[in-house]
Amino acid sequence: MAQVAQAIKPRAGGQIWKRVKLLTESPVGMVGVFLVLFWVVVAILAPWLAPYDPNANDPSTVPDHIDPMMDPTPNSVYLLGTDNQGRDLLSRIIWGSRTVLIVAPTATLCAYAVGCLLGLLAGYYRGWVDTLISRFSDIVLSFPAIVLYILIITRLGPSALNVIVAVIFIASPQIVRIVRGITMEQRELDYVTAAKMRGESSLYIMMVEILPNTRGPLIVDACLRMGYTTIQIGVLGFLGLGLPPPAPDWGGMIKDAYAMMSTAPHMSLFPAIAISSLVVGFSLLADGLREISLRD
Amino acid sequence: MLAFLVRRIVALIVTMLVVSMLIFAAFEWTPGQVARKVLGPFATQEQVDLLTEQMGLNRPAPVRYVEWVGGLVKGDLGYSSYYKTDVENIIWDRLGNTLIIASIAFAIIVPCSILFGVLAGMREGSKLDRSISIGAIVTTSVPEFASGVFLSTIFVLYLGWFPGVSSLERDGGWSIGSQLVMPVAVMVLFDLGYVVRMIRAAMVEVMMKPYVRTAILKGMGFRQVVIKHALRNAMIVSLTVILLQVNYLIGGVVVVETIFAYPGFGRMMLESALSQDVATVEAATLVIVFITVLTQTLGDLGYMLLNPRIRFA
Repeated sequence: MAQVAQAIKPRAGGQIWKRVKLLTESPVGMVGVFLVLFWVVVAILAPWLAPYDPNANDPSTVPDHIDPMMDPTPNSVYLLGTDNQGRDLLSRIIWGSRTVLIVAPTATLCAYAVGCLLGLLAGYYRGWVDTLISRFSDIVLSFPAIVLYILIITRLGPSALNVIVAVIFIASPQIVRIVRGITMEQRELDYVTAAKMRGESSLYIMMVEILPNTRGPLIVDACLRMGYTTIQIGVLGFLGLGLPPPAPDWGGMIKDAYAMMSTAPHMSLFPAIAISSLVVGFSLLADGLREISLRD
Repeated sequence: MLAFLVRRIVALIVTMLVVSMLIFAAFEWTPGQVARKVLGPFATQEQVDLLTEQMGLNRPAPVRYVEWVGGLVKGDLGYSSYYKTDVENIIWDRLGNTLIIASIAFAIIVPCSILFGVLAGMREGSKLDRSISIGAIVTTSVPEFASGVFLSTIFVLYLGWFPGVSSLERDGGWSIGSQLVMPVAVMVLFDLGYVVRMIRAAMVEVMMKPYVRTAILKGMGFRQVVIKHALRNAMIVSLTVILLQVNYLIGGVVVVETIFAYPGFGRMMLESALSQDVATVEAATLVIVFITVLTQTLGDLGYMLLNPRIRFA
């Protein structure tokens, strides 16, 4: 019986290399891989790449009433120029990549853990468990996301942890919907029946049998959501609800610099290019992965 | 049909009740907090207690909830501690301002997204499809505050065509019309790509249907197949997606309004939340959730009217 079940059950994993090879054939996907890897490498090597301390300010670059001629624009000492407080922009962008590449994946991963668990429970048990979880998701989804972010962060206070909590709360209902739908389909299939007849526990069936089969749609969604979460974290920073200063945070950098847009556009432009390239990378990667999943 | 309508209206009322309870619980459960927020951090405990007493906040929460909802139903939205006026004096003006840019953006997004979505989806994998799809992916991936920076650099700083601030006041010498261009452009840029991709996906699916193949095989021109058979059916799915954009355009404009200092609903929401103006935040949240749930209901209704298989089932 166990052998039959093994034969029926679609195999998880084992084809990773085939997929990586397929991805290299998609030029769009490769651009995405390059952009994301670029920022990952920058984030890892931040202490060695950044020419200055991201929070050290050089007052001699800040134009003020004493010396309005001081120039914060890019020069040979500060390659991307300095910000409104005389801090090196290049160093802040490099360290800022660390902030975003720690907070966004952590938040997305946690949202997936919660979303998958609730989605599996709702789809597998149905009945009142499903009603409870689905109604709760509906309520959360009836708020525009940004309104919920504002409400949660202004109630809890701005910090990296609270941003992660907010992302979990707001993103997991959407993941619940996807996982619940797939689980409801999968639980009717033979390999689940076989596992039940083997006497496996419900927890084992959900985690070991059903969950691996949801990965196709979820991998593409995770990639898109990673980009979306990056945007949301940037937005929170821009609205002044992100990480408390002086942490280098791309959205927050633009917020501080936007008032000086007319005299020093470089202060806003470089962080804007940084966050855009990272999100475009995630989206193109997701598109490449989607193309692959359509092929097999 | 009637049963469906009644069911959806009941669901709408239930959602609004649950949401209002959640908002009430989040903001007003602890009575001391409300008085503390009104008086600020430097008031003494006696003052806080006195105001709590005066505002009737020491009575049981369910009683206060019923009173609050009763006031809302009668149109009494409370007093805004940030704007120093009754909430209803400000909230409808702001909603009106947001509706102006939202409806202009909507009027641009709908025809453009249908055009690009159909062009991309009618021949899946063609050069045109790939370029439109990648263009759509890139524009939706650039956050609004970043595209605001890019567009401002080009059109405000270098070309000087439009103002960088859209306060709807005439003192800067810019007409109201020219002030609307930049916010609308950022909204369209961010939202258009998403709608294009959804319509493209719907179109791709329809083009693979047997009736489209039959139409092509019987010798019907490609243009006619697309317009007569495919487009109509693709629009059924797309209608829901398009209607859901109303939520983004009204609720999600916080960023755009903050960038251009536009006196709209989203910025009011942010300002009142940041300054702990409970009455305004509560009212604004309820209004925005109401709009969201209403458009969802309208979307389902439209879907049903357009799709005969569901209508007659």
